[in-house]
Amino acid sequence: MDQLLKLLKENALETPENLATLLSISVDDVKAQIADYEARGIICGYRAVVNEDELDIEKVRAVIEVRITPERGGGYDRIATRISRFASVDSLFLMSGTYDLLVFVSGRSLQVVAAFVNEQLATIEGVLSTTTHFTLKTYKDQGVLMKIEDDHERLQVSP
Amino acid sequence: MNDSKSPRNFVAGHVRGMPRSGIRDFFDMVSTREGVISLSIGEPDFVTPWHIREAAIYALEHGATSYTSNLGLLRLRKAIAAYVARSHALTYAPESEVLITVGVSEALDLAIRAVVEPGDEVIYHEPCYVSYSPVIGLAFGKGVAVPTRQADDFRLTRADIEPVITAKSKVLLLNFPTNPTGAVLTREDLTGIAALACEHDLLVITDEVYTELTYDAERLSIAALPGMRERTIYLNGLSKAWAMTGFRMGYACAPPALIEAMMKIHQYSMLCAPILSQEASVAALKNGDADVAEMREAYRQRRHYIHAALNDMGLPCHLPGGAFYAFPYIGGTGMNSRDFSMALLEQENVACVPGTAFGSSGEGYLRCSYATGLEEIKRAMERMARFVRSL
Ligand SMILES: Cc1ncc(COP(=O)(O)O)c(C=O)c1O
Repeated sequence: MDQLLKLLKENALETPENLATLLSISVDDVKAQIADYEARGIICGYRAVVNEDELDIEKVRAVIEVRITPERGGGYDRIATRISRFASVDSLFLMSGTYDLLVFVSGRSLQVVAAFVNEQLATIEGVLSTTTHFTLKTYKDQGVLMKIEDDHERLQVSP
Repeated sequence: MNDSKSPRNFVAGHVRGMPRSGIRDFFDMVSTREGVISLSIGEPDFVTPWHIREAAIYALEHGATSYTSNLGLLRLRKAIAAYVARSHALTYAPESEVLITVGVSEALDLAIRAVVEPGDEVIYHEPCYVSYSPVIGLAFGKGVAVPTRQADDFRLTRADIEPVITAKSKVLLLNFPTNPTGAVLTREDLTGIAALACEHDLLVITDEVYTELTYDAERLSIAALPGMRERTIYLNGLSKAWAMTGFRMGYACAPPALIEAMMKIHQYSMLCAPILSQEASVAALKNGDADVAEMREAYRQRRHYIHAALNDMGLPCHLPGGAFYAFPYIGGTGMNSRDFSMALLEQENVACVPGTAFGSSGEGYLRCSYATGLEEIKRAMERMARFVRSL
């Protein structure tokens, strides 16, 4: 991956000036490149990685395996797109193997997620079956470890 | 007065006479303080990549708790020979020309002890790694320091060395990229030095522990130049580029007669390097290239940042070509290295090692390690700029 993207993926708040110094290119080049990535939809947004387990909010997450009937012409795309539009769907992937779609959903409570599966997901025409797994604890999310282990400290001065 | 009860009297005179390391003095100062941002650490801030640590755990689970052969695991020596071959187009026979040691530190000690006789002169460039002079002294050799200069980006040339050569000169000890200056040599520099070594029949010991952390220059080992393989002991290790300092893994590559001589000392003093570290190193050399590249890229970016920040605050600094140290000139402030770094520590809680810890030619300079997270470096540079403005 391009080094600029890598740096932004690590810290989207890094200033164009610092990015320019780090990459030893001009600030204008940094700004132009970022604008280009945004225009081409390569950078789709900037957001904080939040460990929601640490917040006092009610949130339940689940992973749902969905089997569907592919359609002539569109394959899995039409149903997958339709499911992906629900606000409670965080991520959705087409998979190889014993099921077709893997759907990551979240909701305020177990009931809310269950209701989404029963009433909205399972009832879509073409959905053959669903298997729902609720998430118990997050260890790592989007490449970020949620709990940094007590780090071993280096000596403050060494040769 | 001869106080026979003092344990100090048992200590050998040449050990008693060894000066305390400037690094240790500075460490004692820093460790009394809280909230210090330290740019005085000579090891990576990265933790060893997980797959390498996992290989050590796997080996431990499978009962790898024994000695290995004195030379080290043949599998590892093969991996090292393959690594050196792909890095430098230099071939060494894993069976007889590779010795695995406890860090480059041990390899350096073995190399010096295996070749230096009392009074032999060992030429090295300064500022340099803290252990060179003491290790030469412990072998009763005579260290001959050749100063390098900021005006040349701390490079070393044939012309610098030539004047100090005498009939007693036996060894030329090189370390590029250099701790603490980050200096790297050009092909011309190396060719000139190699010719000089041949003309004066010098053995070259080349400490290339930072070779993977070379940012722009061609990665060339003096051992790979024509006629040099036979008169060079090549030292390298996994501490820096693989972030494995605590594993204590180094190695020497040299013609069989030299390896055999080093092995004699190693087998009686160390027996062998720790097996778990050797197992981890096999994994590192086989599957670690991407990790090394990633860390190198991070250091490269920080290097640009720290170089710009130091120059901006009025401390002239050359762009280091390798390793992870910037070596700015602070003499323009009117302070010497020690006073500057003490005052910086007192006022702003930023620790940088005074250049004099690396030899007297380091006077007027400061070693700023960028083996520290970017955010820490940013804060350190802000504080340091404020300190310089206050002078
Ligand atoms: C130039 C140089 N040589 C050797 C060493 C020792 O490294 P090792 O961990 O392999 O003993 C260091 C460590 O700081 C170094 O900077």
